[in-house]
Amino acid sequence: MPEPTHTSPGTQGPAPVVRTKTSAYPIEHFVANVDETPVRATDSTVSDAAPRSLWGEAWRSLRKQPLFIISAVLILAVIFVALFPGVFTNEPPNENCLLENSDGGPVAGHPLGFTVQGCDILSRVVYGTQSSLTVGLFATLGVVLIGGLIGALAGFFGGWVDAILARIGDIFFALPLILGAIVVVQLPVFQQNRNVWTLVVILVTFGWPQIARITRAAVIEVRNADFVTAARSLGVSPLGALVKHVIPNALAPVIVIATISLGTFIVAESTLSFLGIGLPPDVMSWGNDIFSAKPSLRSNPMAIFWPGLALSITVLSFIMLGDALRDALDPKARKR
Amino acid sequence: MVWYIVRRFLQLIPVFLGATLLVYFLVFSLPGDATAAICGERGCTPAVVAGLREQYNLDQPFWIQYLLYLKGVLTFDLGTNFSGRPIATIIAEVFPTTAKLAIMALVIEAVFGIVFGLIAGLRKGKIFDSSVLVLSLIVIAVPIFVLGFLMQFLIGVKLQWTNPTVSGDATFTELLLPAVVLGLVSFAYVLRLTRTSIIENVNADYVRTATAKGLSRRRVVVVHVLRNSLIPVVTFLGADLGALMGGAIVTEGIFNVNGVGNTLYRAVLNGDGPMVVSIVTFLILIFCLANLLVDLLYAWLDPRIRYA
Repeated sequence: MPEPTHTSPGTQGPAPVVRTKTSAYPIEHFVANVDETPVRATDSTVSDAAPRSLWGEAWRSLRKQPLFIISAVLILAVIFVALFPGVFTNEPPNENCLLENSDGGPVAGHPLGFTVQGCDILSRVVYGTQSSLTVGLFATLGVVLIGGLIGALAGFFGGWVDAILARIGDIFFALPLILGAIVVVQLPVFQQNRNVWTLVVILVTFGWPQIARITRAAVIEVRNADFVTAARSLGVSPLGALVKHVIPNALAPVIVIATISLGTFIVAESTLSFLGIGLPPDVMSWGNDIFSAKPSLRSNPMAIFWPGLALSITVLSFIMLGDALRDALDPKARKR
Repeated sequence: MVWYIVRRFLQLIPVFLGATLLVYFLVFSLPGDATAAICGERGCTPAVVAGLREQYNLDQPFWIQYLLYLKGVLTFDLGTNFSGRPIATIIAEVFPTTAKLAIMALVIEAVFGIVFGLIAGLRKGKIFDSSVLVLSLIVIAVPIFVLGFLMQFLIGVKLQWTNPTVSGDATFTELLLPAVVLGLVSFAYVLRLTRTSIIENVNADYVRTATAKGLSRRRVVVVHVLRNSLIPVVTFLGADLGALMGGAIVTEGIFNVNGVGNTLYRAVLNGDGPMVVSIVTFLILIFCLANLLVDLLYAWLDPRIRYA
C-alpha cells in the first residue's frame, strides 16, 4: 500500500484496516480507503484545455450512443420517405385502385397487398408519411414557440406574471389533448375547412401547457445563476438577459420534451383521423387508412397492421431520440 | 393538515371554472349555429330556431348563458340533450361502466408497473432491466388504437379467449381485455418512472442508514426505498385517472363499451353541444378531484409537505 500523500486526522497513526472483500451492501466500505483518492488525480487535471460547451459535450456522448444512431437513422429515413415518396413505390396511391383487388393479399408488384378500396397498401403507407410528419413537426414548432415563450416569461419574471400564466396553463392542462381536440374539431368553424393546418392549430391550442411548465422550471433554475447576475449588473436589460443568457441555457430540457412530444402529436393526429374527425378523408394519412380498414379488420387485418407499423416505428424513433438527448444533455446522468 | 387540504381545494376552484368556461365558450360562441345539428340538412324555420335558442339559453348574452349553465351544474340539473333526454340520467347510466373500466386499468398499470419497475430499478443494467425498458418503449410508441385492434384480433377473434366486444352488462371478464389495452401505455410510463425513481433513491443516505440499523433487505426495499420512490409515481397515477376516464374514447370505441367516452364521441359526431359540454365538465371535475386525491396522497407519503 503506498504511503498516503496527504494527512488528515483520521489517517495518522497505524495503517488503516483495508477491507478487500466487497459485500452486497455498500455499508462496509463507506469509509473510503486512503489510497482511493490520490492527490495526484487533482494535480494532473489540465486546467488550460479549452472548455467544451454543453452542446459539444452532448454531441460527443451522443455519437457513441447506439440509441441515438438508430433513432437518427430511422428519422432521417422517414423524412426522406416523406420528401420523396416516388422513390419507394411506382404505384400511385389513389389511382389503379380496382375493387376486384379489394382486401387482396400480396401479389407480385404489390408486396403488402390491397386496401378495402383495392389500392396498393405500400403506396398508401409511403404517401401517408408526409401528412403525419407535417402535423407532428409544425405542432411541435408551435408548441415550443408559444409554450416556450409563456413558460420563459412566467419563470423569469415570477410574481403576478407567473401566477396568472400558471393558472391559465392549469386550465388548459385540465383538458387532455385528445379530449380538447375532439370537442373542438367537430365545431362548424373547423368542420368546414379541416386540413393539416387547422389540425396543427388545434393541437397547439391544447398542447402548449406542458412545454410551458418545463420551460418555466428550467428558466427558474437558470435565472439566479451567477452569469445571469453578472450580465444584469453589467447593464443588460431584463429582456436582453432572458433572451441572450437564460433561454440558451434553459433550452436542453425543452428540446428533450419537444422531441418526445413530436411523437405524441403524430399519435394525436392519427387518433383523431382514426376517430374519423381528424384529417379529411381525401388526405392520405396513416390514421385515415387505419380508420378505413376498421370495418374489414377480421378479413384483412394487414390493412391495419402496415400503416400501424409505420406509425409505431416513426413515433418510436422520436421517443428514442428524446431519450438519447435526455441522457446526453443531462450532465448529472452523463457522469454515472 | 386540514389547512393544507382546504388550500388545495380552494386552488381547484379557479381551474374548474376556467376550464368549463373555456369549453362552454368553444362550443357555443365560436361562429356557426350551435343548434344546426337538431334541424339537419333541411334546416328549421326561424321560429323553431328561435325557440331552440331560447330553450338552451342561447338568446342570452354569453356571461348569462355561462352562469345559467353553472347554476345547472351546481344543482345537478344539466338540462336535456338535443334528442330531449335528461343529460344527468344519461351520464348516470354510462358512468359506472367507464369508472369500472378506468379503475381496472389503473389497478393493472399500477400493480404491474410498480412491480416491474422495482425489479428493473434494483437490477439496473441487467438483462431484465434492458429488456423491460425496450418493451416499454415499444408499448409507448404503438398507438392505443393499433394495440387495441391487434389484441382484439388476436385474443378475441383468433384465440377466442374472451368476447371481442363488450355487451351492455359490461361484466368483469368482458372488461378485462379493454382494461389491459387502456392501461398498457400508462403501464409503460409507471414502469419507467418507478425504475428511475428507485435508481435515484437506492443509494440515498437514508437507505444506507436503514441497512446500517440492521434491517433486512426486504424491509429496506419495501418500506424505505419503495415508499420514497413512489411519490412521482403517485402523481402520475392520479393525473392518469382523469386521463383514463377521458382517454377511454378510443378504447371504448374499439371494444364497443357503452361508457362516457363512447357517449361523448356520439355527441360530438351529432353536434350535440349541451351533451358535449356536460360530459366534458364532468370529466374536468373528475380530473380536478383526482388531482386533489394526489395532493392528499402526497401529504401522506411525504410528511415534509404535511407540516410545511
